Amino acid sequence: MANTVKLNIDGIDVSIDAGKTVLDAAKKLNIHIPTLCYHEDLCVAGNCRVCVVEQEGVKNLVASCAMPAQDGMVIHTNTHKVRNARRHVVELLLSEHNADCTKCYKNTRCELQDLAGEMVINEHMFLDLVPDKNYTIDMLSPAIIKDDSKCIRCQRCVRTCQELQHVSALGVAYKGEHMKISTFFEHSMYDVVCTNCGQCVIRCPTGALIEKNYLDDVWDAIYDEDKHVVVQTAPATRIALGEDLGMEAGSIVTGKMAAALRRLGFDSVLDTDFTADLTIMEEGTELLTRLKRALVDKDPTVKLPMTTSCSPGWIKFIEHMYPEYLENVSTCKSPQQMFGALAKTYYAQKKGIDPSKIVSVSIMPCTAKKFEANRPEMRDSGFQDVDMGLTTRELAVMIKQAGINFKELPDEKFDNLMGESSGAGVIFGATGGVMEAALRTVYEIVTGREVPFENLKITPVRGMEGVKEAAVKIENVLPAWSFLEGVELKTVVAHGLTNADKVMQAVKNGTADWHFIEIMACPGGCLGGGGQPIPTTPEIRKKRAEAIYREDEGMAIRKSHENPEIQQIYKEFLGEPLSDKSHWLLHTHYNARKRV
Amino acid sequence: MPEIKELVKGLADKHGRNRESLLPILQGIVTEERFISDVAMAEVAKELDMSAALVYGTATFYSFLDTEPRGKYVIRLCKTITCDMKGKKQILKTIEDLLKIKVGETSKDKNFTLLETNCLGWCHKGPAMLINDQVFTELDEDKVTEIIDDYIRNI
Ligand code: SF4
Ligand code: SF4
Ligand code: SF4
Ligand code: FES
Ligand code: FES
Repeated sequence: MANTVKLNIDGIDVSIDAGKTVLDAAKKLNIHIPTLCYHEDLCVAGNCRVCVVEQEGVKNLVASCAMPAQDGMVIHTNTHKVRNARRHVVELLLSEHNADCTKCYKNTRCELQDLAGEMVINEHMFLDLVPDKNYTIDMLSPAIIKDDSKCIRCQRCVRTCQELQHVSALGVAYKGEHMKISTFFEHSMYDVVCTNCGQCVIRCPTGALIEKNYLDDVWDAIYDEDKHVVVQTAPATRIALGEDLGMEAGSIVTGKMAAALRRLGFDSVLDTDFTADLTIMEEGTELLTRLKRALVDKDPTVKLPMTTSCSPGWIKFIEHMYPEYLENVSTCKSPQQMFGALAKTYYAQKKGIDPSKIVSVSIMPCTAKKFEANRPEMRDSGFQDVDMGLTTRELAVMIKQAGINFKELPDEKFDNLMGESSGAGVIFGATGGVMEAALRTVYEIVTGREVPFENLKITPVRGMEGVKEAAVKIENVLPAWSFLEGVELKTVVAHGLTNADKVMQAVKNGTADWHFIEIMACPGGCLGGGGQPIPTTPEIRKKRAEAIYREDEGMAIRKSHENPEIQQIYKEFLGEPLSDKSHWLLHTHYNARKRV
Repeated sequence: MPEIKELVKGLADKHGRNRESLLPILQGIVTEERFISDVAMAEVAKELDMSAALVYGTATFYSFLDTEPRGKYVIRLCKTITCDMKGKKQILKTIEDLLKIKVGETSKDKNFTLLETNCLGWCHKGPAMLINDQVFTELDEDKVTEIIDDYIRNI
C-alpha cells in the first residue's frame, strides 16, 4: 500500500503516501497551516476549522487536517477566502474566551495566543460573550488546574485521555453553546478517576489545563535563611529541560542543570537517579523474594506477576481500574518518594541538620508526582517527605526568572551523599528503562555474571513499541539461587495507560505468564511525561530517548548495585534491601478507589 | 440504591453491554425513574465497563435524558418560532398559573415538571406541547386548561 498521490499546493507539485492528509503534504513543502484541534499523537477531530484551505473545484473550504491528499488536487493555503475564514474562527473562539493573557500561566506559551498574534487580532469583531458564560475554575487538585474560561473545546484532552490513557476522566458534556469539557458530574479533577498524568496538559493548546505551579513556594523557601532546601532532579529532566531554554530536542543538559540549580540558590543539588538505583536494589530483591516464595516455598499467597510502582500515574490508574491487583504492585515507593523519605532522615542525620528545617523540592517530568508528594502515605519521615514537586517546565521558568543564561553555563556535578548515580538510574526516564536496569542487577546477583547483552544494552525492552515482551534465560546460577536455574524470566513493558490496560487485561484473562511487568503512565515513559516541555511529539520523544541512552553509555557506572553511594547507604543506614528500615522508609501500600 | 442496581442490570441484560446499548439503557432509566441520577450513571458505567464521564456526556447531550429529578408528568412546551408566533406565551402563562410552577420547576407534589423544548415538528398545528410521550396540538387557553385538569384528576 505504498501508493503515492500527486497534488499541487500553492503552485508546487508534491507527492505523498496515500492516506496522508493535505496538512501532511503541506508540511512536506514547509508550508505552515495553523492548527488547533489537530495533534500528531491523536486521531483527527476536525472540529476547529482553523486549518481550512481552498481546493479548486470544491465550493466549501476543506479542513486540511482531515482531508486525505488525493491525486490531482489543487490546493491554495493563502487566499482571501482562507484568510478570512481562519480569522473568523479565531475571532469566534476569542469571543467566548477569557483572553486575560497577561495574567495567564500560558502567556507566551499558548497556541491560541500565537495564532491571534499571527493574525494581528486587535479588536473584538464579535460580541464578548464571556460575562454571560458562568465559567468555572477547578483548583482543588494539587496537580492540575482546569479553567473552563480558557477552553476552546478542541477536545485534544478528551482524545488524549481516551485514546492514549484509557481513562476518559474528561468527556464532552451538553451541546451547542453549552457544550463543555467535563468530568463525571463536573466533579473536581481531584475527585475523579483522573490519574494526574498530565498528558492532557501537554496537549492543551491554551491555559485551560495547566499544572498547579509551586514557583512562589520554592522561591520563598530558597530566600528563607532558616531553611535548608534540597533539590532532586528526575532522570528525564536532564534530557528535556534544554528544549524550554532554547536548545534542540535531545540535548543532554545534566551538568548545566546542576549548575543552574546551584545558582538558583538550592542548598544541596541532588539526584533522583540515586534513588532510582536504590529502587532497583529494593525492587530487584523484592522480585527475587517473590519468585523464591512462589517457586521454592510454593506459597499460594505470593502475587505474581509483580509490577513496577515508580509511575504515580500508573498507581492511581490501578487503584481505580484494577484494585484487585494492587497486591501485585511492588511495595517500593517511587524514586521521588524514596528520596523524600531519606532527605529528612538519612541525609539530615549525616549532615547534622534538623529535618524540620529541610525543605525538599523535586524537579520532575511529571504532574502526577505533585499529587504523589501530597499523598497521606508519603509522610514516613515524620514530615511531608517531598514538600513541592515541580515540573521540568517550572524549572525552566525559574531559570528564566533568575536571569540565568542557561546555554552558556558550565557543566557542574551533583553534590554528594545522594547525588551519585549509575547509567541504570538514568534510563528510568525511558520506557523499558526500569526493566533494563532491574535486569542488569538481578541477573548479576543471581548468576554473578553481567547480563548477556552487548554493552549491557537490553535492546528488546527499548524503543517506542507500546507493549514489549522480553524473556531472559537464567543459567549457571550461583548456589544460593539454584531454584532459578534454567528459569526463563518473562517480562513485559508497557507505556501509556492504554497499553497498560492491554497488559492488565491479559493478566486478568490469565493469558499472560509474565513474572515482571514495567508500566509507565506516559507514552515513551517519563521522557514523554506530562511535566515535560511542550510540545511533545513522537519525533521529540524519540530524540529524548536517544539522549537518555547516550547519557547511560557515557556513565562510568552502569549498574545500580555498583553505585558507591548505594553501597554506602546500605552499609551505614539501611542495612540491606528489604530491611526493617527500608520497609519503614522506602515501601508503602496503596488502596482501592472508585472508578468515577 | 439496590433498586437502581437491579434496574441497570436488567436493562443491560436486555439491551446488551456495548457502547450502542448506552442510549436504550439510559432511556430505560428515564422511563422508570423519570431522571438519571449520578448513582444511576455510575452504575451504568460500571455495568458497561466504560467511563462515567462519557455516560455523563451522553446523558447531558440529549434533552430527553433528564439528569435532574422530574415530576410524574413532564410537560414540554414548544418554544420555537412558529409556536411562539401562534401564542405559546399565553399557553405557558396558563400552565404556570394552573400548576403554580415556572419553567424548569417541578410541582411540590412531584406530579408535574414544566419545561420548554425546541420544535416538535408540529408547527402546522402550533402551539404544540408534549406531556411525557403524548403530543397535544392547536392549543389555546381553554384546551390546555382542560388537558391539565384531566391529568390532575387522574393522578
Ligand atoms: S489561554 Fe492563551 S490566549 Fe487565553 S488568556 Fe491564556 S495565554 Fe491568552
Ligand atoms: S481543555 Fe484544552 S485541550 Fe481540552 S478542549 Fe479545552 S482547550 Fe482543548
Ligand atoms: S491528567 Fe491524565 S488521566 Fe487526568 S484527565 Fe488528563 S489525560 Fe486524563
Ligand atoms: S486543526 Fe483541522 S479542524 Fe482543527
Ligand atoms: S415550532 Fe413548535 S412544533 Fe415546530
